Amino acid sequence: MSFKDKLLSSYIALEDYLEFDSPLHDVRNNAIKIFEEKGFPTKKEEAWKYTSLNSLLKTDYSILSNKERNVELKNVRKYFLQEIDTYKLVFVDGVYNSFLSETTHDSLDVCLMSAALNKSKYKQIIETYFNKAAKSDSLTALNTAFTKEGAYIHIPAHKEVEKPIEIINFSTGNEAAMFLQPRNLIVVGENAHVQIIERHQSLSSNEVLTNSVTEIFAEKRAYVDYYKIQTDEATASLIDNTYISQQRDTVCRVHTFSFGGNLVRNNLNFYQNGENCDSTLKGITILEGKQHVDHNTLVHHIAPNCESHQDYKGLFAESSTGVFNGKIVVEKDAQKTDAFQQNNNILIDDKATINAKPQLEIFADDVKCSHGCTIGQFDEDALFYLRSRGIGLKEARALLMYAFANTVLESVKIPELKVRINKLIANKIGVSLGFEL
Amino acid sequence: MLKIKDLYAGREGKDILQGINLEVKAGEVHAIMGPNGSGKSTLASVVAGKEEYEVSRGYITFENQDISELDPEERAHKGIFLSFQYPVEIPGVSVTNFIKTAINETRKAHKMDDMPATDMLKMIKEKADMLEIDRKFLSRSLNEGFSGGEKKRNEIFQMAMLEPKLAILDETDSGLDIDALKVVANGVNKLRSADNAVVVITHYQRLLDYIVPDFVHVLMNGKIVKSGGKELAYELEEKGYDWIKEELV
Repeated sequence: MSFKDKLLSSYIALEDYLEFDSPLHDVRNNAIKIFEEKGFPTKKEEAWKYTSLNSLLKTDYSILSNKERNVELKNVRKYFLQEIDTYKLVFVDGVYNSFLSETTHDSLDVCLMSAALNKSKYKQIIETYFNKAAKSDSLTALNTAFTKEGAYIHIPAHKEVEKPIEIINFSTGNEAAMFLQPRNLIVVGENAHVQIIERHQSLSSNEVLTNSVTEIFAEKRAYVDYYKIQTDEATASLIDNTYISQQRDTVCRVHTFSFGGNLVRNNLNFYQNGENCDSTLKGITILEGKQHVDHNTLVHHIAPNCESHQDYKGLFAESSTGVFNGKIVVEKDAQKTDAFQQNNNILIDDKATINAKPQLEIFADDVKCSHGCTIGQFDEDALFYLRSRGIGLKEARALLMYAFANTVLESVKIPELKVRINKLIANKIGVSLGFEL
Repeated sequence: MLKIKDLYAGREGKDILQGINLEVKAGEVHAIMGPNGSGKSTLASVVAGKEEYEVSRGYITFENQDISELDPEERAHKGIFLSFQYPVEIPGVSVTNFIKTAINETRKAHKMDDMPATDMLKMIKEKADMLEIDRKFLSRSLNEGFSGGEKKRNEIFQMAMLEPKLAILDETDSGLDIDALKVVANGVNKLRSADNAVVVITHYQRLLDYIVPDFVHVLMNGKIVKSGGKELAYELEEKGYDWIKEELV
């Protein structure tokens, strides 16, 4: 039985204990139909030309796990941003772990998707927002059909959340191979501020495939600062589908740090639905071995007077491969759009590959759109300069990597997180400099 | 200190340097002058160990050890410093962090511990003051957005911090106005001692008014075609290089 067939038959089993009379049931049914029709994307589709899921889909994954797994805090503490106080939503093999989490309902909701789906007091919210920003592509639809658990975060109007929220998905490896589908819904009310850190972390070397969907709604004047830390084990793969719907005068920023994992696909979609939106999409990708990371971004400029800033830096060693597919669409009404996209890549070894493809579709006539894409090697003159000062080749290369990644790192607004990412980079490139940027 | 013997070197199989002979002793200042394309910067790069250049004949010794095969950082650890004509911009790495890394890497090569932070700060302050460098400048990204003069001053600051035995100043005067030139020259002069040596590479005699050479060499077509005392620099300034070419014929 193919993995697709296995999923379809599991859905039938799942249906038995789902909310039958809720409108959600129709949403699920529609979603599974889309998945059934389209199946998993293949390289024949333009958007998947450089990323093949074939090798991942051969594995026989466990799909539904209801057993609560125990994870000891001392073994996983290092994955938390422990230097500062944070709210935490921790899931273990897709199941909420109350012991490791720190949630709240005081003046804001940092709680569970399952609660939001099942409790009547959230009915209105779910009907207004759930699956409203998500596209109906097959992977998102697959997640929608099986939606069960994830983070539900609701920040009421004018609320400035004083500490960051961490969403952490652990997989324990208790199953030989696990398929996880977290579903997050984040609603940020008018003039509210929030910072969120998301990571997926496998705790064993067993195979994991995660197909995650996150919908973020920024109501007018809201501020959303979101960080994705992708430093998973080499046997863990991730398909991240994130949809951000911005109303007028909002600022939404997503930073993606991709240093780990086997195959990672980031589908990051921004929709600017009101005037004066500001969108930032930045990423640092550092890969080695046979790692593969694909950044597929979309910024959809629908309303006038908005800005978008994209800056993705990639460093590819050994036979790793990277993809950057950045699409900017400027609708006819989106006059005075200022859209900027930059993607710079360094190939450290001969066998490393990067496929970069900027796409601009502009239907308005009074806009400023620019993009720049570079692929190169280390600057020999810069290396010589550093070495002539007594800095060894390895350290000199590291310094240049830091310098290269710095434009992304400098805009991380949580200082402790910045330190953490610095360390992750040092770890990844095997050189620790005597200072932090 | 530095001995260059019958040196042929270049890149992509083509020798730019065509038999250089030069000896620099401790305590001396040598000036190397010559028209564009004569091989001045190549000579500086070859001595500092730039990898794209290959030595096809002859050798370079430093303190009686052949350094022709050493990596640039190994040469730096021995006390060779090159002030670049075009210093490279390194965004995100401050001048202070850069120099700390350079010093501690050099100490590491000599099996010494890192310089204590307080000593480092004291030294940075002292050398920055000597070169009239604003403290704010030190926290800026290395060479990023620096003016020509700031870049060169920063090179001499690094030299002051690293205290090399042999400093090669490649066109340090280019891009400097007269006041900056004086400050930089003054800095170099303060670093001079009986134990170290300076090689000044320049187009013009201007810098040599302030860093007075013991010897002046004229480099043409990859060879030193004439050597003399500091008066040779004035003669070149006055008459250009053509008369030397004629002399050679």
